[in-house]
Amino acid sequence: MKDLSEKKLRQLELMAVKIRKHIIEMLYKAKSGHPGGSLSAVEALVALYFVHMRHNPKNPSDPDRDRFILSKGHAAPALYAVLAECGYFPVEELEKLREINSMLQGHPVCKCTPGVEASTGSLGHGLSFANGVALAGRLDKKDYNVYVMLGDGETDEGQVWEAASVASHYKLDNLVGMIDRNFLQIDGRTEDVLKLESVRDRWTAFGWYTIEIDGHDIQEILDALNEANSHKNQPTMIILNTVKGKGVSFMENNVDFHGVPPNEMERNLAIEELTLVEKKLEAML
Amino acid sequence: MNSSKKMVNPRNAYGEALVELGGEYKNLVVLDADLSKSTKTIMFARKYPERFFEMGIAEANMISAAAGFASCGKIPFASTFAVFATGRVYDQIRMDIAYSNANVKIFATHGGISVGKDGASHQMIEDLALMRVLPNMTVIAPSDATQTKKIVHLMAETYGPMYARVGRADAPLIYTTGDVENIKIGKGIVVEDGADITFIATGTMVEPALEARKNLLKQGIEASVIDMHTVKPLDTSLVLKYAKQTNGIITAEEHSVIGGLGAAVAETLTEKNVSTKFLRMGIKDKFCESGDPADLLEKYELNSKHMVRKAKKLLKK
Repeated sequence: MKDLSEKKLRQLELMAVKIRKHIIEMLYKAKSGHPGGSLSAVEALVALYFVHMRHNPKNPSDPDRDRFILSKGHAAPALYAVLAECGYFPVEELEKLREINSMLQGHPVCKCTPGVEASTGSLGHGLSFANGVALAGRLDKKDYNVYVMLGDGETDEGQVWEAASVASHYKLDNLVGMIDRNFLQIDGRTEDVLKLESVRDRWTAFGWYTIEIDGHDIQEILDALNEANSHKNQPTMIILNTVKGKGVSFMENNVDFHGVPPNEMERNLAIEELTLVEKKLEAML
Repeated sequence: MNSSKKMVNPRNAYGEALVELGGEYKNLVVLDADLSKSTKTIMFARKYPERFFEMGIAEANMISAAAGFASCGKIPFASTFAVFATGRVYDQIRMDIAYSNANVKIFATHGGISVGKDGASHQMIEDLALMRVLPNMTVIAPSDATQTKKIVHLMAETYGPMYARVGRADAPLIYTTGDVENIKIGKGIVVEDGADITFIATGTMVEPALEARKNLLKQGIEASVIDMHTVKPLDTSLVLKYAKQTNGIITAEEHSVIGGLGAAVAETLTEKNVSTKFLRMGIKDKFCESGDPADLLEKYELNSKHMVRKAKKLLKK
């Protein structure tokens, strides 16, 4: 695919900032949730939902839709914000995150929120679920693709490697995984908690085609997604090199913001920073 | 055991049912975890290879993948031994099937202690409890091959998360094909009626209860035998009816006395303030051991002989 126009790229970057502002406001309002891993996943979600995937917010159960599964379910705020901006449900719903009687549960629940494909939150399930979706698509001779986002810490889970084996065994080239490689998990650095490197070599050894990119560069993400779709006879894993807490200076690479929401002062600072970036991008349009 | 009854393996009935359903339901798929020869899903695999998925010895992935299939409108049947189909994958069933109310059917074989010589590692006696506690989940233990076949058909026809388990061994035929119309999920079957005491049995324990009834009859005691194939949702009105019209209830299951059929019946009786003589027959909160199935059922007091003894004792209380 040819490069996006500068203007289109700026618009997507603006959307990423908008999503980040939603995340901050949602978590501030909910007084709980996971900022770090939500913020690091934003560009990939924007690239998927606003450019790459075939989907229709007016018909979330379209059998021909591409599917996205958020295996790292704690990044739900990022997914909810993107789904709302796409039009799956009103943006006002975002204020009700984690509140009683809300369609936006703390972690994603299918059949509860339009556009959510799988119930996640217990780590390690998403890639397996995607195996089923990809095999069903092949059986039905459908041309949809399945995208799964995993956390890097999530790949500590043994089930991920069961899924990796099965996807590779069945040569599921309609399945694309993405690892949000931000190097942090709750107890600290991924390499200190349970060594993951070499992430790329592991996936290669399991029979996957791998691509490693800057996970905050929307053009690179789109190029990688296209490359993944055109690669045949193997599933593809895109390693997104990211920064946990991306876009909010004091949250970046700060493990303390894995599962702690911003207080009022932090929320104000974060919104201020993001508004500055927003204005800069708008001026470039 | 009644030698006059024909012995048929419920596992074969499962395999045959899948083959029958495969023609009718083009969206039915079957997954197995390297045990297709034992669970008999291999029969489906031979007939419909494109809709059979060998998932390897990776049960967690199999269960979550089954949910993925269901999200695309498929009716997945996932099979392995009862130990691996429940305890090993509890979290996957909880999240991807029960919580998501996914139309996945888990059909397990080798439930209970009559698995025999493989020992306690393979004798699943907690599965009914584990599945029963999950919201949205239907839990069934068919008692013979005829019923198994009908239940598998009903599982395919009825939307929702479901768990069914059969044992490893051949089992005497209790029902004829003419009886199958009366087999409905959630409805107990009164196989024999008697005024003195009621056996409420599930799965492999229905046949010994029928044997016990015969022996008790010789001693002047008339027992009812209820085949409670569906442990959840429990047919509570039938339980209450027999609690009132007979002088005692004995539940029997090849399962722990904790959390399964006996517990479900006890909960029902207590909450409805029905006072009756009551006894749970099952494994008494312990792991069993290797051995010949008949020897195990004798040692752990789960055969017709023990049912007769316990019924008489209960009525004397």
